[in-house]
Amino acid sequence: MSQTTSAQHSSSTGLDSAKLGMWIFLATEVMLFSSLIGAFLQMKGRSPADAHQVLNVPITAVNTFILIVSSTTVVLALESIMKGDKRRLKLFLGATLALGATFLGVQVFEYTQLILHEGFTPSGSLFGGGFYTVTGFHGFHVFIGLLWVTGLLRQALQEKFSATNYSRIEIFGLYWHFVDVVWILLFTIIYLI
Amino acid sequence: MAETTGHGLIRHGGRKLSDYFVFNTDHKVIGIQYMVMSFIFFIFGGLLAMAIRAELAQPGTQFVSGSAYNQLFTIHGTVMIFLWIIPMFAGLANYVIPLQIGAEDMAFPKLNALSFWLLPPGALLLLISFYVGGAESGWTAYAPLSLQTGSGQTLWAISLQFVGFSSIFSALNFLVTIFNMRAVGMTLGRLPLMAWAIVATAIIQILGTPVLSGALFMLIFSRVLGTNFFSASAGGDPLMWQNLFWFYSHPAVYIMILPGFGIISEVLPVFSRKPIFGYKLIAISSLSIGIFGFLVWAHHMFTSGMDPLLRIPFMITSMIIAVPTGVKIFSWLATIWGGKLRFTTAMMFALGFISMFLIGGLSGIFLASVPIDIHVQDTYFVVAHLHYVLFGGSVLALYAGVYYWYPKITGRMLNEKLGQLHFWLNFIGFNLTFLPQHTLGLDGMPRRVADYAPEFAALNLVSTIGAMLLAFSTLPFILNALLSLKRGAAAGKNPWRALGLEWTLSSPPPVHNFPVPPEVDADPYGYGERVAPVLEAGR
Repeated sequence: MSQTTSAQHSSSTGLDSAKLGMWIFLATEVMLFSSLIGAFLQMKGRSPADAHQVLNVPITAVNTFILIVSSTTVVLALESIMKGDKRRLKLFLGATLALGATFLGVQVFEYTQLILHEGFTPSGSLFGGGFYTVTGFHGFHVFIGLLWVTGLLRQALQEKFSATNYSRIEIFGLYWHFVDVVWILLFTIIYLI
Repeated sequence: MAETTGHGLIRHGGRKLSDYFVFNTDHKVIGIQYMVMSFIFFIFGGLLAMAIRAELAQPGTQFVSGSAYNQLFTIHGTVMIFLWIIPMFAGLANYVIPLQIGAEDMAFPKLNALSFWLLPPGALLLLISFYVGGAESGWTAYAPLSLQTGSGQTLWAISLQFVGFSSIFSALNFLVTIFNMRAVGMTLGRLPLMAWAIVATAIIQILGTPVLSGALFMLIFSRVLGTNFFSASAGGDPLMWQNLFWFYSHPAVYIMILPGFGIISEVLPVFSRKPIFGYKLIAISSLSIGIFGFLVWAHHMFTSGMDPLLRIPFMITSMIIAVPTGVKIFSWLATIWGGKLRFTTAMMFALGFISMFLIGGLSGIFLASVPIDIHVQDTYFVVAHLHYVLFGGSVLALYAGVYYWYPKITGRMLNEKLGQLHFWLNFIGFNLTFLPQHTLGLDGMPRRVADYAPEFAALNLVSTIGAMLLAFSTLPFILNALLSLKRGAAAGKNPWRALGLEWTLSSPPPVHNFPVPPEVDADPYGYGERVAPVLEAGR
């Protein structure tokens, strides 16, 4: 999406086309997650009140913290390249990749524990169906984000970014913060309430 | 057309025939790819309809089994909505919008090409579902039926995901293009009404389609992984499917009609030689239909067991949405009132659109009323209503647009005699097919059943004869469109003496559209005004 013709064509509104496109894309993501979260709540409402007690809150709380930190490292990466610091850009993109991968790894671990040891499956209960659908979609978004940040890291290693050329980092940041915010919402709704 | 850039499977521009079969980033090529492919699916969906009407020509079951009949109307509806009307409008808009606003292409050309190329795999899955069997739940796929049907239903749902993502990405592209790629002087107040209509359509696609995606994912997971979102037997909620589905699919009706409104607003002023009446009101009514469209979905569910108290607010919002639509109808009538009308084929289809869509809109107000809806729910009255909207509305508007812009796209004029023949056969065939279905529905003939009671036989035969005529009426159009490609009279830049940026370019336009970046200093609909003769003479 970073390839636009806006370079040759001045933007009529003054907004960067790629950034505007990303915001609109995030609007579609809000609607997608709204439908899934709505369905989850509906399923939760039809489940026993203690259905969520099978979940491991402490591990997920730590995992939530890891994801929040990864949002911070994206901000630091952007801040670094805006100052022209390419070394710190690489460092913080690498950190984002590592933290995001850790989050996903913990989620996979959580899934295996739940399925193998607790017998908590998508088809076993309404709560399970809702849980795996909505957290699975979020995990898939993290996965896409990891592929994306890997690509950005590769470009950073090839010195493709500079103090005047960083919009791709900024746009990735929008996506990654969105994924982070969705998780904070999910953690609250699914694990805490 | 001018030179093509790029090699192999990624190209820009359409010079050779093979440029139209690859990942091409030129919006004009993509527009043609969309339009040709969707027209082929229109023929396919039409043939399915002929099979349905053949079966219904007489009471009893003659040609197909009940299960095959279910698949016929399911795939017919799905193809017509998702592979004909929506992508056909996307194709026409793809071709026209960048030219109208003075842009050299869409904002994201690669994403644009991707949006198109998501359709063939989606279409393929839908066709395979026929061979696998089982997509029998109608295009609405109500649970629990859609959980019990054969494995073709899963392919059907996956196919719609492809089409849905295509629709989302193209909407995103249109919004950024229309807001960010306008020529100097093309202020929002001078934006062609076609562009305003596409803005409203895109907003619906952005906010609605992801909800359908979510619902389809849940359906797929339920069928494949055994989740129980919609199965009442396991404690799930079948009504949730209907809520999610109609949250998208009612606004989807506006996705299928708003671009048509845009086309009509372009065609009428040109052939009336008058400025459009109520430019601002038409633009605002498009946007308000886009927003109100999200507040009416449960009028599809009056008989489904929803909270009876909620019916009244949904009845009221459904009736309110007729107001912006009425504003448009009256603005169009005021536009042609006292004009110097030229009854070209494009104009005939536009006038046909107004009258037929009006009937569809009025029966829509009937259906919004709770007591009437309860009486005619799932009868042929609903079938008649939706075909007056989607055929009498969307398809006639599409034909108006095709007759209007074909000279720009191909550089050749269509034959007017064949065009008029097409219009009249189409118009008569359409009314013969669907007008009797109002009566059938009021008399209680249920839809989606292969057989019916003998007292409905006469009107069904009329309807089938009309359908055959309607199918036949497409032949003069196909013949015309193919023959005129080579033999049509040269169109020149501006055969209709129309204002608007697309008519300042050669026909077909050069690969990068505007040799010099255009500047706009006048209203696009200034027909008959003092400045217009100057502009017309200059072009």
